Amino acid sequence: MSCKCVVKNKPGEQYTRLFRAINWEEVMNKKLLSAVALMAALTLPALAADSVTVVSWGGAYQDSVRKAFFEPFMKETSDKIVEEEFNGEIAKIRAMVDSNNVTWDVVENDSMTTIAACAEGIVEKIDWDKLGLKRDEFISADASECVVPSILYATVLAYDSTKVKEAPTSVTAFFDLEKFPGKRGLQKSPFVNLEWALVADGVDIKDVYSVLATPEGVDRAFAKLDTIKKDVVWWEAGAQPPQLLSDGQVVLTSAWNGRIYKAAKEDKKPFVVLWDHQALDWQGWNVVKGAKNRDAAYRFIAFAGRPDRQADQTNYISYGPGNKEAIKNTNPSITPDLPTSPDNMKTAFIINASFWADNLDTLRERFNVWVAQ
Amino acid sequence: MRRRNGLRIFSITPSMTPVGTLGTGLKRQFAIAERRGHFRALLLILPLFLFIVVTFAAPVIMLLTNAVHDPSIAETLPLTVAELKNWDGKDTPSESVYAALVQDFNKAKEANTAALIGKRLNYEVAGVRSKVIASVNKAANISAPPYKEQMIKADKIWGDKLIWSKIKQSGKSLTDFYVLRSLDLQRSGDGNIAAVPKSQAVYLTVLWRTFYISSLVTLITLAMAYPVAFMLAHAPARLSNILLIFVLVPFWTSLLVRSTAWYVLLQDNGPVNDLIQGFHFTDEPFKLIFSRFGTVTAMVHIQLPFTLLPIYSVMKNISPSYMRAARSLGGGPFYSFFRVYLPLTLPGIGAGCLLTFILSLGYYITPALVGGASDQMVSGIIASAMNQENNWGKASALSAILLVATMVLFFVYNRLVGIDKMKFG
Repeated sequence: MSCKCVVKNKPGEQYTRLFRAINWEEVMNKKLLSAVALMAALTLPALAADSVTVVSWGGAYQDSVRKAFFEPFMKETSDKIVEEEFNGEIAKIRAMVDSNNVTWDVVENDSMTTIAACAEGIVEKIDWDKLGLKRDEFISADASECVVPSILYATVLAYDSTKVKEAPTSVTAFFDLEKFPGKRGLQKSPFVNLEWALVADGVDIKDVYSVLATPEGVDRAFAKLDTIKKDVVWWEAGAQPPQLLSDGQVVLTSAWNGRIYKAAKEDKKPFVVLWDHQALDWQGWNVVKGAKNRDAAYRFIAFAGRPDRQADQTNYISYGPGNKEAIKNTNPSITPDLPTSPDNMKTAFIINASFWADNLDTLRERFNVWVAQ
Repeated sequence: MRRRNGLRIFSITPSMTPVGTLGTGLKRQFAIAERRGHFRALLLILPLFLFIVVTFAAPVIMLLTNAVHDPSIAETLPLTVAELKNWDGKDTPSESVYAALVQDFNKAKEANTAALIGKRLNYEVAGVRSKVIASVNKAANISAPPYKEQMIKADKIWGDKLIWSKIKQSGKSLTDFYVLRSLDLQRSGDGNIAAVPKSQAVYLTVLWRTFYISSLVTLITLAMAYPVAFMLAHAPARLSNILLIFVLVPFWTSLLVRSTAWYVLLQDNGPVNDLIQGFHFTDEPFKLIFSRFGTVTAMVHIQLPFTLLPIYSVMKNISPSYMRAARSLGGGPFYSFFRVYLPLTLPGIGAGCLLTFILSLGYYITPALVGGASDQMVSGIIASAMNQENNWGKASALSAILLVATMVLFFVYNRLVGIDKMKFG
């Protein structure tokens, strides 16, 4: 800031002025550029022959993936794993494929992203013969040609048992501000929230998607959400809900069940999962189109799909294994905390990926409008 | 401080020197030497110039073209688009259009572009994505006329005029769809521009909010920075150096760290609320976080040095004799300040405010961390369009609008205040 320059008014000065304006933005962007350059410098040597880049969802989930798959895989084989994390941003995959600069090999995607990515051709169809795993052993493997399912996870409601006078038992309680006063956490996205709003408004879970397919049904869902809107804190990353609960920022929140389990089990937080109308969804391994280490990627997925490995993951986080055979080997003590346990399944529903694939754009726009008002 | 009028009379410019009288040879040599010097100076800035063009200007321009250039339908349905040129839009198109559609669909199935067509048409007509993809698959079984009848049987959307007018509109590679949507407008079936339904109109609100929050942050930082800059500029050197470190340390701290720190400070059970409740002002925690208050507080904290430093360095260079002269000529303290001191600091105020305002327009992570849902600024929407929705047209259109609006403001500022009056120090 020591430049003592006063710009004189000369003809053609307009352009200099324009450049000055852009240069200040450049100051901001240089930080980003140097970060990118540094990242490239750090990751390039790691992309040598026998390494495979695997992308998962960070936080407590990535810990479980590391312990159950990454570390034993590197011990058992000569391959190396470079791990990365993301929040399901499909654009990152598209940008790599479009620019022909694919640095990720294996990505773990949820059902909706898998279906969209597969249809757009930015992830590859799985060659089950090459993989050496049996497709019919996997839950929902027929939902997409591009996936080897890894887990079944649930979006559930959870609460801090020390902060409520009376334990809530249903989705209706979440919408009842009188009986259960306090802030609520919800994911900043239309899915699951609209389904729950209709359930709380008295729609049977079997009819939720047919009601939601009508304009009146959408209005009804938003009207129900309106009743709690002023008390909602919106979260975007899976690590946020347990944090919001332990900060006392919310009393009740929606969350991914494994994250709550982990906070309750390992950090001894007084969090309780409310299994009523849990929203089930699968996610799984995709191979990015044009992956540079396809063979190693297949070796990794084959390893991660093995029943014993899948069973081992339940020791670290409470998600249902994607390989049906794995359930035989899971530790019985975790069964009550799995979304797939029969007691938890009574009112469960499966997120309708094809409904959302069609309606996400419109409903997200409507949701964004509503949330921003 | 150089004034445009006045000083110029005394300054000596080359044209005023009697070079002409020394002969044209010398004049030419002088000009050549001058030009060589210019050229060498240009070579010095060439690396930076190329760097900016390659890493900044070119990618930005390439990305921004996505806002008005979307060839997806023109490339995937070329025959249909060509046939639709003659369609008057009064009734469903003729048999030849359907024949072209079937042909295009068969190609799309081979090239695996069905999802692309579905996605693009879904922007125009909500909910048709899977119907289009299914129709692409069904079209493979249609080998003989009548195509029209069979396509409508495959899915009744093909019997609706709306989808055809949308294909016709989006068949042009150069499209205004994304820009219009970013301004809460759209083209109806007959091609007229109309407002989108209220339940979809969000972008103007968010754009307006972005400019509002940025202005608010700029004004607050100015009100806070001016007295501090004055104190820094006029305190004894040792004291002012220590004080300056207080300003600079946060300046050197990462934006993310500071936003997160505010998240901790402002939460319901955080230190600030504990303090307020400790004084028994209120039993309920104040809504400090996830609100406009939280957003503005954190942004003001981050932007304060950007406003302060230019003002400070301008003040530092103002000779104390000006104020003494004003006072000795009989001006009261306020009168002297407003007539003499304040105008002298205007270049610094201009620079600081413009810097803060333009940087504030791009805020993304701070509103997401400490703001509520109704504090999201346009960068947040751009990020979501880019990352979550995979809709780069929309992201580019919003970015372009933000960029143009910023440039307009910049030129208005230039007209009113004059960029030459701006001083960064």
